[in-house]
Amino acid sequence: MKIDATNTHYRDLNRLIREAAHQSTRRLELHNVFGQRYIGTNLAARTRIDIFGTPGNDLGAFMDGPTIIVHGNAQDGCGNTMNDGRIVVEGRAGDITGLAARGGNIFIRDDVGYRAGIHMKQYDGKRPALVIGGAAQDFLGEYMAGGVIVVLGLTPRADKRHKASFIGTGMHGGVIFMRGPVNQRQLGEGVRIGQLDSKDRRLLARLVGEFAHLFDYDPQEIMTSDFVKLTPMSLRPYGGLYAH
Amino acid sequence: MKPRNETERLSNPYNDDKVMAACSIFGMMDISGKAVPGGDVIRAIANMHDRSNGLGGGFAVYGIYPEYADCYAFHVMYPNNETRSDVERYLIKSFAIVHSEEIPTQPAPHIQDPPLVWRYFLLVDSDQRGEQSEEEYVFDRVMTLNTSFPGALVFSSGRNMGVFKGVGYPEEIAHFFHLEDYKGYLWTAHGRFPTNTRGWWGGAHPFSILDWSVVHNGEISSYGTNRRYLEMFAYQCTMQTDTEVVAYAVDLLVRRHGLPIELAAKVFAPPLWKQIDYASQDERTLLTMLRQTYSSLLLNGPFSVIIARQGEMIGLTDRVRLRPLTAATKGDLLFLSSEESAIRLVCPDVETAWTPMGGEPIIGRLRESLPLPKENLEVAVA
Amino acid sequence: MTAPRSKEQPFHLQKAGKSIASPNEHRVPAPTPSVIAPRFAIIRDLERCIGCQVCVRQCSFGAQAYDSAEDEVYGIDANCVGCQRCVAFCPTSALTVTERPARYRQNFNWRSDVIDDIKRQAETGGVLLTGMGTDKPQPIYWDHLLLNASQVTNPSIDPLREPMELRTYLGRKPDRVDVSTDALRAEAYLPPQVMIETPILFSAMSYGAVSLNVHESLARAAADVGTLFNTGEGGLHRKLRHYGDSTIVQVASGRFGVDLDYLNLARIVEIKVGQGAKPGIGGHLPGHKVSADVSATRMIPVGTDALSPAPHHDIYSIEDLSQLIYALKEATNYAKPVSVKIAAVHNSAAIASGIVRAGADIIAIDGLRGATGAAPKVIRDNVGIPIELALASVDTRLRQEGIRNQVSIIAAGGIRNSADVVKAIALGADAVYIGTAALIALGCTVCQQCHTGRCAWGICTTDPFLSKRLNPEIGAQRLINLLRGWSLEIKEMLGGMGINALESLRGNRHHLRAVGLTEAEMDVLGVRVAGT
Repeated sequence: MKIDATNTHYRDLNRLIREAAHQSTRRLELHNVFGQRYIGTNLAARTRIDIFGTPGNDLGAFMDGPTIIVHGNAQDGCGNTMNDGRIVVEGRAGDITGLAARGGNIFIRDDVGYRAGIHMKQYDGKRPALVIGGAAQDFLGEYMAGGVIVVLGLTPRADKRHKASFIGTGMHGGVIFMRGPVNQRQLGEGVRIGQLDSKDRRLLARLVGEFAHLFDYDPQEIMTSDFVKLTPMSLRPYGGLYAH
Repeated sequence: MKPRNETERLSNPYNDDKVMAACSIFGMMDISGKAVPGGDVIRAIANMHDRSNGLGGGFAVYGIYPEYADCYAFHVMYPNNETRSDVERYLIKSFAIVHSEEIPTQPAPHIQDPPLVWRYFLLVDSDQRGEQSEEEYVFDRVMTLNTSFPGALVFSSGRNMGVFKGVGYPEEIAHFFHLEDYKGYLWTAHGRFPTNTRGWWGGAHPFSILDWSVVHNGEISSYGTNRRYLEMFAYQCTMQTDTEVVAYAVDLLVRRHGLPIELAAKVFAPPLWKQIDYASQDERTLLTMLRQTYSSLLLNGPFSVIIARQGEMIGLTDRVRLRPLTAATKGDLLFLSSEESAIRLVCPDVETAWTPMGGEPIIGRLRESLPLPKENLEVAVA
Repeated sequence: MTAPRSKEQPFHLQKAGKSIASPNEHRVPAPTPSVIAPRFAIIRDLERCIGCQVCVRQCSFGAQAYDSAEDEVYGIDANCVGCQRCVAFCPTSALTVTERPARYRQNFNWRSDVIDDIKRQAETGGVLLTGMGTDKPQPIYWDHLLLNASQVTNPSIDPLREPMELRTYLGRKPDRVDVSTDALRAEAYLPPQVMIETPILFSAMSYGAVSLNVHESLARAAADVGTLFNTGEGGLHRKLRHYGDSTIVQVASGRFGVDLDYLNLARIVEIKVGQGAKPGIGGHLPGHKVSADVSATRMIPVGTDALSPAPHHDIYSIEDLSQLIYALKEATNYAKPVSVKIAAVHNSAAIASGIVRAGADIIAIDGLRGATGAAPKVIRDNVGIPIELALASVDTRLRQEGIRNQVSIIAAGGIRNSADVVKAIALGADAVYIGTAALIALGCTVCQQCHTGRCAWGICTTDPFLSKRLNPEIGAQRLINLLRGWSLEIKEMLGGMGINALESLRGNRHHLRAVGLTEAEMDVLGVRVAGT
């Protein structure tokens, strides 16, 4: 089913989407999207939504199941507090991608902005994953409590080295895999750089495989590179701070 | 507390410390100098309608008065014709008035009780200004006008540029002022979300002094510090908005102290001391000296701004990037926007689109000087 | 608990004090006051007391004694000053030292301490001395100022995760930076700047007023944390000279220990013009506190009184101050900022303006509630004004004159916690000095007996036996802990206000609100009432 979003306010657009999902429409195409917010928010259906244009902020916020494919760039808050489902962006995304996500997968082909994966969490079998094909800016994985973030640095802009600072500040769970070297100075306090073990490599290979399939890369080539693993040193990074 | 003048009372009826405003900003510039009509900018800012609440909208346009290019174009708003007569008497005494007229407007939905808005094309006599530079003379006259005539406000005072603003959504303001009919090589636009329930026309953005204009999204938590420092240099902060201190600060640093805009950016959004410690010797000396001298001009709190002046458009975010800003280029066009979708609406096939790092300025200059900035993740000093 | 037993002689049998002598005659402090009832009661739980005599050994005021005939430990209330040393050290918590209730009939006007003071003067004919800061109910403006926090329109910042900067540079700042456009290199010469990692410095406390171990604790902590300590007017002991990089040396009216070496090893040179606890008068270190070591450091003979005159005798007018400032700059090759410390008095704003124009790089203002090792009580309690008002008026005046950037302002005088520090910065200070708080961290219980030199905690004494009670390693660690705790709290408060760099709070009175103050007070402070 096709919806032309020209001159349609996000309230109306989202209502149309929700109605379609309730009627068990399996595939939806949205055309001429320019900045409408909250697309796919709070949807629990197993629908696939293809977006042509630039969706607005909070794409897929609180989403619980659908698949969203953006044929273009996304803005801020992509996958905000997502519970389940999948978001694929054939381009870049803005700030706070995957904020507080607790399940589902987000694949961004190019770069992301600040605070990607901030406050991601995992619980009881649900483990969210955020895979970024290009570079991330500062505060990647801030406050992370669970889940997986992968940064591949494949775009020309990403260069040979990651340039983000304050990676993982406040991290107390989860793991970040980065392709290529990272300096300890770029990391928040309490974040440890380590090597991947076999379990890590299997997880990484699965995510890289999906990413490569989506965006037409060779997964083997990506996997031959060196990866580092970032994990928190403690579950209670600030335990020693307070006097009682 | 000191009695407030008329402007302060109007701009800030509840006598808040400052009027807070969160909003949408947009800018576009053709670096070849080609004048573009207002349609695209208006569509773009209208697209970000939900970021504002209809209590303020405005535009700054450069290159719109080629036939009066050497004149200072004063845009003035008045509550009534009596105030206008008073102000015009002052203008006649202080300047040579080449031309004056009411700014053409048309009724627009939801625009209620607009003030009278006039424009004057003025030249400065060398006798009148005496020892002062022309710009200092004009600056002083504007400060005097804005504090001496209750309800009157000079909201634009640069050459070959103009600010159009008021209470309403930006697209409504655009309609009110016939902005589709204007052409300029550089446009900035703003939609406001102030926390006062009553808006005042003068309180909308852009805020302007001489040919500087500033549109701003965010709130400056260092406002008290910035303002008290600027007051030492005779800048009267009457508008009680954050945007005012940004405009005055850039005027002080760039026009009066002669700093290049790249370094002004380093004053507003300096790298952290930890980062400065690791810079090269020269860079460290320079950055430390700037931060020590101008510590009271550090703009703290979330912000993204677009600062413009004749020939230049600058986008800047705070040093930990708490507000969004997307930059995009296509050919000779540079776009800056709170949201990428607004750019895509008016230019679907941009060549590059990126978000700058916190504190990293994006500078567009008319072609003679610098090429269009390319996206890069590094914090560069030169 | 059984009734307290006291073995001191009934007062009428004690020796009478000497008759009134002329002021120049050397006087011995009067024996324990004869007609004044003891202020403190030492209460001993006899069921808990094990007679270990720790209290006897610990008390330096002669308030605990051992009667070998009766084999029991007993207290001499008349000598007790309430320093709580014995209470802290008693292994069985058998002791309670408490102020005696209602020694006289309750009287709002003729309070107990007022009556005692008159009687003491009647017995001695002398100026009543005391130590530490005023204990009178002068208004504390910090407690009427409340801080802002950001919500909704501006995010508060989490200082544990997001960067938060407390680094400050003290020194004169120019009006502008001149930059050559092509090289983008700074061409200006900046006057000397001193970096501190937290806006808290240790206040001036002279060696002689405090022990060498105190100085060493302060020096080590300052070096560790990245801040500075102030030598006070007693010079800097040889042993501590290698802490020069963390030292502010003071040049006071007595010029004790001031030689070229002293001046050049320091980071900052401070001219002491006044002190908050005793504006307008000089300092007096009694001869019995001038030990061999103090004598060597101050370069005066052992046992003589170390007198600092009220004025510097080469500063009788503002231009003289300028002359001294530049003399010091010449002596140190213009490599160090010169600070001038004044007491907060009525025309502090005008004085400060003069000091800036005289060439000072830093102004330290010490308020009414500042402490001292020894001062006449009547001056300590009645002369000077609270630091909050002085600070606000100085900051406002310097801005009105367009010269605020030419000095850094350090505020002092009863800063008790990190909230006071934040409020001081918001009023306009660049940094604060802490004196009393630092000594409390070292063990002081503010018993106000510093002038006797018999500090049981080993702090305000030069007695080698007592001084040993403060271990500089432990002392330094306690001070480091204090600064660390306060710095973290400051970061939390800054973050709450949506600020991530200290300089954005300096003079930012918008983040303060007042409660329970008059219009006039709020006007001076430049702060609005809460709710507006």
